[in-house]
Amino acid sequence: MSIYFPHTKVDIEEMLKACKAKSLEDLYVDVPKDLFVKELNIPSGKTQQEVLRQFEEMSDKNVVYKTILKGAGSYNHYIPPVVKALTSKAEFVTAYTPYQAEMSQGILKSFFEYQTMICNLLEMDVSNASVYSGASAAAEAAIMCIERKRTKVIVANKIKPDTLKTIKTYTDGHGEVVVLESENGKVDIQSLEKELADDVACVYLEQPNYFGSIEDAKAVGDMLATKGIKFVMGVNPIAMAILKSPRECGADIAVGEGQPLGMPLSFGGPYLGFMACLEKEVRRMPGRIVGKTTDAEGKDAYVLTLQAREQHIRRERALSNICSNQALCALTATIYLAALGKEGLKDVANACVDLAHYFAKKLKDAGVNVLDKGEFFHEFVTSTKARARDVLKALKEEGILGGHLLNNDEILWCTTEMVDKKDLDKAVEIIAKFA
Amino acid sequence: MLIFEKTKQGRKCTEIKKPNVDKYNLDASFLRENDANLPEIAEIDLVRHYSGYASQAKGVDNVFYPLGSCTMKYNPKVNEEVASLKGFTNIHPLQDESDVQGALEVMYTLSERLKEITGMDDVSLQPFAGAQGEYAALKLIEAYHKENSKTPRTKIIVPDSAHGTNPASARLAGYEIINVKSNSDYGVDLDELKKVVGDDTAALMLTNPTTLGLFEKNIKKISDIVHKAGGLLYYDGANLNAIMGVIRPGDMGFDVVHLNLHKTFSTPHGGGGPGSGPIGCKEILSKYLPNPKVVKVGNEYFFNCDPSSIGKVGSFYGNFLVYLKAFAYIETLGKEGIPMSAKLAVLNANYLKFNLEDKYKAINSKSKYCMHEFVLSLEDMKKEIGVSAMDVAKCLIDKNIHPPTMYFPLIVSEALMFEPTETESKETLDVAIKAMKDIYEVAHSNPEYCHGAPYKATIKRPDETTAARTPILKHV
Repeated sequence: MSIYFPHTKVDIEEMLKACKAKSLEDLYVDVPKDLFVKELNIPSGKTQQEVLRQFEEMSDKNVVYKTILKGAGSYNHYIPPVVKALTSKAEFVTAYTPYQAEMSQGILKSFFEYQTMICNLLEMDVSNASVYSGASAAAEAAIMCIERKRTKVIVANKIKPDTLKTIKTYTDGHGEVVVLESENGKVDIQSLEKELADDVACVYLEQPNYFGSIEDAKAVGDMLATKGIKFVMGVNPIAMAILKSPRECGADIAVGEGQPLGMPLSFGGPYLGFMACLEKEVRRMPGRIVGKTTDAEGKDAYVLTLQAREQHIRRERALSNICSNQALCALTATIYLAALGKEGLKDVANACVDLAHYFAKKLKDAGVNVLDKGEFFHEFVTSTKARARDVLKALKEEGILGGHLLNNDEILWCTTEMVDKKDLDKAVEIIAKFA
Repeated sequence: MLIFEKTKQGRKCTEIKKPNVDKYNLDASFLRENDANLPEIAEIDLVRHYSGYASQAKGVDNVFYPLGSCTMKYNPKVNEEVASLKGFTNIHPLQDESDVQGALEVMYTLSERLKEITGMDDVSLQPFAGAQGEYAALKLIEAYHKENSKTPRTKIIVPDSAHGTNPASARLAGYEIINVKSNSDYGVDLDELKKVVGDDTAALMLTNPTTLGLFEKNIKKISDIVHKAGGLLYYDGANLNAIMGVIRPGDMGFDVVHLNLHKTFSTPHGGGGPGSGPIGCKEILSKYLPNPKVVKVGNEYFFNCDPSSIGKVGSFYGNFLVYLKAFAYIETLGKEGIPMSAKLAVLNANYLKFNLEDKYKAINSKSKYCMHEFVLSLEDMKKEIGVSAMDVAKCLIDKNIHPPTMYFPLIVSEALMFEPTETESKETLDVAIKAMKDIYEVAHSNPEYCHGAPYKATIKRPDETTAARTPILKHV
């Protein structure tokens, strides 16, 4: 048992005496006697050395791939070492939510920078300081839009499955979710228009969509603007370096999964939900928000603000129940974006596009059926004659983590700047055998 | 100076390898008009910028942090090392189950440990923070009543001392909130409770120890009253640190519980997350837990989805790396260290309270013993000399101690809530006691000084009213 409490026997005796108690158990005098547990049925404590060994052994049971061609909501990007070096500083890691502004200016300033970078990337007016995940960000955005007479949330056909499930959980009891029908997965403007009755609160689509295709988001935004229905876009933050911003597409709220911005795959978390909106929506936005003000001596100062929206002030009248969010992940995204910078982020996005299109073309040339779903960013779908499962198995034998299995014969592939031509050529060679 | 003011066109920190394939030009109609305005900065300046920010922040590694209800205990470094192993950080959430047996073992075994510690029959790790755990647990309650109750159960009962997240989560889950008053001993008033429970009661949400740091002695009577009315009992795990391994929520009669791994189980709070808010429940609620759950068949682990589940509350399986840290903590302390931590957390709180009581008024039960935290009321001090809880908190900053939670719970005026945790030594507590006594003296000799604190911080008393009235929320 490693000792995380510094008490010596003498300390305990002296402290008990100061409290006029004879034993530690005396302090629990208010607890009914029959409630005490005799002994927990868990293992005895171990040394740190033993614990490290135990976890190394469990870690070794997981397969780590050098070449990863899987995305589907979790993306393998290059993380500059400077990101971890800075985000692992104890002052950031071991602090609480910055309630005491005087003791937390460094953290508050970094959130203010985060909000600014998210706003600049999305060309939106206001960002909060993060929510739990891309999925819960989309769900919170849907809740923001639902009003007494507008309760229907229309979602595009190909959004991430976990996002759809989370929107359904959150809106249960508040509204209804309608998934648009679509032939090739992309939003069809005419069929969308038919759904737009007076009870529609918002339309949610993802850019790029779950299959990697680039949606004509601007056309959707233009149409919704004429009907007074809110437009929520879920975007890949790397793609935003080059694709039309939510502002340009007419979105009222933009959300997304921030994991590509410097967070490792980590078996799904912790990641980061980002969330930004137009000025007019700010007082309906959930989550912590940092604002700039001045202190008693007129100096610039940063504080948590607009707290009248929040649970600790408004209790049952609060807009959401968010307390802890993903602060350290937001700091990670901030430092990642600063490290990549204006040009670097575009380079990442362009490398993704170039490699994905090279890969898709090579597969086509090798006789693999690459489904045509219009322009795509860094993900696309293939269909093979052989069972998709066998394709992935063959890749695995060569140390390649293949794409995401969609059904018996379809696979969703992803390339990032972490793979190169050689990796893709090797993968194509294997996949071609199953064309 | 913000990073945007240090940017210079043409500077670079990170270069991305150019792919050795042909350039592909996307249809221009999909492309953005202007580049995103992001910083352009050299690596050394980037490092100095954020190192500078670190020096304007304080964590548990720097100072004593007795922030009530937040359990700011030491975050062991071995946990960080465990969570940095490549076999955990570099696996994709959609890899085959056979590829990730180690990760599934972590999730399964941690759930088993948490079941035992809470006295529950089943656990889901998925909720991303305590408040989301509350929300998910309320959805379980809703699903249960939908299937089992003859009457619609639309109301959640919440004591007036509850954390703000309780009513907010209940509202988000679509419930009507009934506040129930505390009795003179700061517990749930049983007569009031009897008046408000009925066949429309979905559940009572309770923190035990309460937010006043006092054990709710009537817990079994409360459990009987709620259960007889057909309602369920919800345990807010924010204060589990007082009782972990000593008493179990399941044995007290609770049907469902949320935990905060970033409080009780020592995972760092990160300046506001990522946390983790697993929920545990009794058998009757098990099938409604979020999907997927990890099951063990023979020596292998699998994901399993239940059709009765409330669904998902976020992407993938929650904040996985946080699970590793909490699990490593439990393995390190084991069955001996877990209850000992709770007892010493209680000892530390009592020691601090007993030593402050000759100067400050504490909220006490009849026994005078608190659990892992306690609340001081500075109401009299404010009336007599004008020095408020806020003033005292700001004075503590100058003494290099993070202030306690202020103005909570709402039922105590001028409240300061101290939670020292078990990882602080007697010497650290003695320094804090002296600091509080010195502040008391200054408050009486020179109240103006206290109104002007802090004097040693980077800023002093920011204008929060202007910040909210004319919000500036980004750099332009």
